Amino acid sequence: MSELRKVNVDGKEIEVPGHYTLMQACEEAGAEIPRFCYHERLSVAGNCRMCLVEWVGAPKPMASCAMSVNDLRPNRDGSPADIRTSSAVVKKAREGVMEFLLINHPLDCPICDQGGECDLQDQAMAYGRSRTRYDEDKRAVEEKNMGPLVKTNMTRCIQCTRCVRFISEVAGVEELGLVNRGESAEITTYLQQNLKSELSGNVIDLCPVGALTSRPYAFNARPWELRKFESVDVMDAVGSNIRVDVRGPEVMRILPRDNDEVNEEWISDKTRFCWDGLKRQRLDTPYVRKAGKLSPASWDEALGVVAERLKGDPERIGAIAGDLCDMESMKALKDLLGSLGVSSMDCRQDGAAIGEQGREGYVFNSGIAGIDEADAILLVGTNLRKEAPIINARIRGAWLNNGTQVAMIGEDVDLTYPVEHLGSGPETLAGLATKRGGFGKALRDAKRPMVIIGMGALARADGAKVLRSVGELAAKFNIVRDDWNGFNVLHTAAARVGGLDIGFVPHNGGRDTAGLIKGAGKGEIDTVYLLGADEIDTQALGDAFVIYQGSHGDAGAHRADVILPGAAYTEKEGLYTNTEGRMQDGVRAVFPKGEAKEDWAIIRALSELLGRTLPYDDLPALRNTIRRPDAVPFNPAKLGKAGAMAKGNFVSPIGDYFLTNPIARASITMAACSANVAGFAQAAE
Amino acid sequence: MLEDKDRIFTNLYGLHDPGLAAAKKRGAWNGTAEFMALGDEWIVEQIKASGLRGRGGAGFPTGLKWSFMPKEVGERPHYLVVNADESEPGTCKDRDMMRHDPHLLIEGCLIASFAMRAHACYIYLRGEYIDERIALQKAIDEAYAAGLVGKNACGSGYDFDVFVHHGAGAYICGEETALLESLEGKKGQPRLKPPFPANAGLYGCPTTVNNVESIAVTPTILRRGAGWFSGFGRPGNAGTKVFCISGHVNTPCNVEEEMSIPLKTLIEKHAGGVIGGWDNLKAIIPGGSSVPCLPKDICDDVLMDFDALKEHKSGLGTAAVIVMDQSTDMVRAITRLAYFYKHESCGQCTPCREGTGWMWRVLTRMCEGKAQMSEIDMLLDVSQEIEGHTICALGDAAAWPVQGLIRHFRHEIEDKITSYRADKSIHAVAAE
Repeated sequence: MSELRKVNVDGKEIEVPGHYTLMQACEEAGAEIPRFCYHERLSVAGNCRMCLVEWVGAPKPMASCAMSVNDLRPNRDGSPADIRTSSAVVKKAREGVMEFLLINHPLDCPICDQGGECDLQDQAMAYGRSRTRYDEDKRAVEEKNMGPLVKTNMTRCIQCTRCVRFISEVAGVEELGLVNRGESAEITTYLQQNLKSELSGNVIDLCPVGALTSRPYAFNARPWELRKFESVDVMDAVGSNIRVDVRGPEVMRILPRDNDEVNEEWISDKTRFCWDGLKRQRLDTPYVRKAGKLSPASWDEALGVVAERLKGDPERIGAIAGDLCDMESMKALKDLLGSLGVSSMDCRQDGAAIGEQGREGYVFNSGIAGIDEADAILLVGTNLRKEAPIINARIRGAWLNNGTQVAMIGEDVDLTYPVEHLGSGPETLAGLATKRGGFGKALRDAKRPMVIIGMGALARADGAKVLRSVGELAAKFNIVRDDWNGFNVLHTAAARVGGLDIGFVPHNGGRDTAGLIKGAGKGEIDTVYLLGADEIDTQALGDAFVIYQGSHGDAGAHRADVILPGAAYTEKEGLYTNTEGRMQDGVRAVFPKGEAKEDWAIIRALSELLGRTLPYDDLPALRNTIRRPDAVPFNPAKLGKAGAMAKGNFVSPIGDYFLTNPIARASITMAACSANVAGFAQAAE
Repeated sequence: MLEDKDRIFTNLYGLHDPGLAAAKKRGAWNGTAEFMALGDEWIVEQIKASGLRGRGGAGFPTGLKWSFMPKEVGERPHYLVVNADESEPGTCKDRDMMRHDPHLLIEGCLIASFAMRAHACYIYLRGEYIDERIALQKAIDEAYAAGLVGKNACGSGYDFDVFVHHGAGAYICGEETALLESLEGKKGQPRLKPPFPANAGLYGCPTTVNNVESIAVTPTILRRGAGWFSGFGRPGNAGTKVFCISGHVNTPCNVEEEMSIPLKTLIEKHAGGVIGGWDNLKAIIPGGSSVPCLPKDICDDVLMDFDALKEHKSGLGTAAVIVMDQSTDMVRAITRLAYFYKHESCGQCTPCREGTGWMWRVLTRMCEGKAQMSEIDMLLDVSQEIEGHTICALGDAAAWPVQGLIRHFRHEIEDKITSYRADKSIHAVAAE
């Protein structure tokens, strides 16, 4: 921290750190500074000139976003520099800038989607003159096609370049720029192509006017019609903090919430635009397969059939929990199956070899914010851009700000920052431990070393051995210390850590996912309970009776013999634990569709039918039974299983980023994005 | 009046050979290594004592600017960048220096770089200056071949490289930080200051940006002594200066003259006087298109230096004297300048991007008289809303000519509006 410096803001003397900008200092003193181009998480552009303040004695007003307190000189008599934020000079400067911004702005607020949440509108009200003096023709700018997500109306653009800075600094791709100069300056995509970044939706939030708006949300709602719910996202394991905006029974849009520990204030495109998937392919009534055909049924009938099946031999029953499950439903199902004596259950539908040796063996121990401190990061078997774009952007930030060194073992993909590609498979991993130079040295010498191991390395037949190998590496390079734990597992599913915490894993010799599927295929398992599990090979379940509980008609429902319609993540109160082991609250923004019920309640009702009533009547009581697993001493070198790793490169489990779960697959927007990216791939060939 | 023996640019008109041998005969490269042997601080002191003020327009004391560079070279190398992006309408002095006296510039680059502990110098040349680039490059090649620059420049033991970089023809790249951006291969848009280039300039390293003329005069100042140079002109406005006289004069020319020469003398002696005689004069823009114009009554006795012109709310700028006689339509003339600034605004910051176009549009209407009287004050107000509110000085440069017009020739705008209305009403009556 730099030294404290005294400044006099509007006659109020305050003391702030010298590196503060004048804007921060003024805000510290309680003065409000209007701005358009300035954004806390982007570089300073200083081009909108709205934040001008007066420094008494200086010939011109200063852009307060760009000037630091250290740059101020005290007055001649030694008293602290005088800053005025409401003097006549400042007022005139603001009015002038406001007028300039508005002369070429179309003022089409009534048909603009930004209306009601527009910085330009608000600040014109607060700081502008009441009428214009501009009589000339206004400028119009040609529309740009930025793809299926971002709708443009470039005539409204005020050239603040927030979007350009975001795309090049945070998203790390050079896809947007300001071309031409003077009045003709306009924002455009590189060669008029669509945006390809998986973080592109954030430019919509950043745009202070209505130039960049959400295409799927266009003309759908006004901000004042929406009810807002603060929730968490389940599209990946990051657990991004979101706000769900709702009108009546419909989710209208999803926006990010600030959380420096998790997603800062960005969310990925899948998180933001999956909401139309919540309205399609929904399971809204129970179904029972009769004569080979699924037909609608009543809850009583469907639950009756399920209860009948679950009364069978517990050895021949199994359950798999999917990627989007809340912890409560998994806990309830585990308790129910446990009381029936069922031991075959698994929450790792991808078969990842984790969860055996304590919590630190399967979470992102350093925390996402820990990336900011890391100085050397090794990525093993993960394509962060697809698996967790938010974490990828965070690592990019660490590289940009701290020069963090990054290397990877796995697919050689472009992560938007320089990454040393060490190799593609287990051989490189084994070799790295013995390397004296290169990245091995960087990792050994690092103050805050970090290894991120992804499902591409763990969700394979020899996953346990890969885990041991990475664990040994972590031990050797001292990545786990008393004050720092850089051993990080990156999950791809929002439910995974929660499921492992609850212990939704086989016990007493029960079968895991692979064993269950194999057993069902061979006829050793009669009944399979799929709790939102769609990412398994449902066709391999043989003649087993399949119960599917979930929200969308996807692979699981297709194969099911009974369907119990559950709630999607926006329709239920639920706890989700993200990849760092952070438990967060999802809230109910709308009610489940049709006959569908909250998932835990379905299982609770089932337990009554089975005569094994679960000991909780409401959600708080259920939550009270959820505990963090007991801490066990963590020794990375003892993780997984010893043994030789198989040959074969690590491949990320995510093929198509936009289509990873039932909700996304039901979304037309996501399909359009997928086609957009596929189109680029095709064009590139 | 400057005598021939006191001229620095002895080949300004290209009457002699610009090559190395001839330049040496005229005095260039004489004693360069000896000056360098006296040390960098001695050179800076000499330049400070000479009273040289930057010749690019702002008139900042050159020696003082050089002394802002860090005393020790740290991890980051120092750079000298020579601003040869001479684009100010009316200005054509650097062009002749580079064409006909390039060795003075190259020698100056070496001396200035040495004084600021820079081992590399970039000359950023205006995009349209093709011949000048060829001439300059030829001179640089000669200097390299003769060992005057390069490793162990002039036998001084100091390594020095000089590069010519060709711009793409944007006025804004003459602004020092936009020039640095452009030199780095980015879009030419001014940077925010602070940090100033002396602290973080080219590639984030300590950099000084100087005009061609400021650099080219330094070797001669050292050769003839700071006292000789400061002997010309009034206190605070020392030295000789190349004036570019254009417009309604009989013989437009570049001429090196003493600072503080009366404007009238300058025009009468060197440019053959105003077409149709001094009394036919209407207005003069004394320092390139960006400074406010002066009406004849001020021109009668004003001195050509920084302070005198500032007193009259104008400026010396680049000393590009644009003369306009009575045949000139002042409103149209300034409208054309307003169009230039609208065209050349980089579009980065709001007041200049939006305001330059606004002023041009209003002025275009005023040319025909299609305006309200109240719009004159509005125009003045708009120009004041641009002035001082922008990142760089282009906003100011766009506002000043308009302010000068309204200050001194408001009646011309009013006449146009009145006559347009009168004209209209006649037509209106005829139509009835």
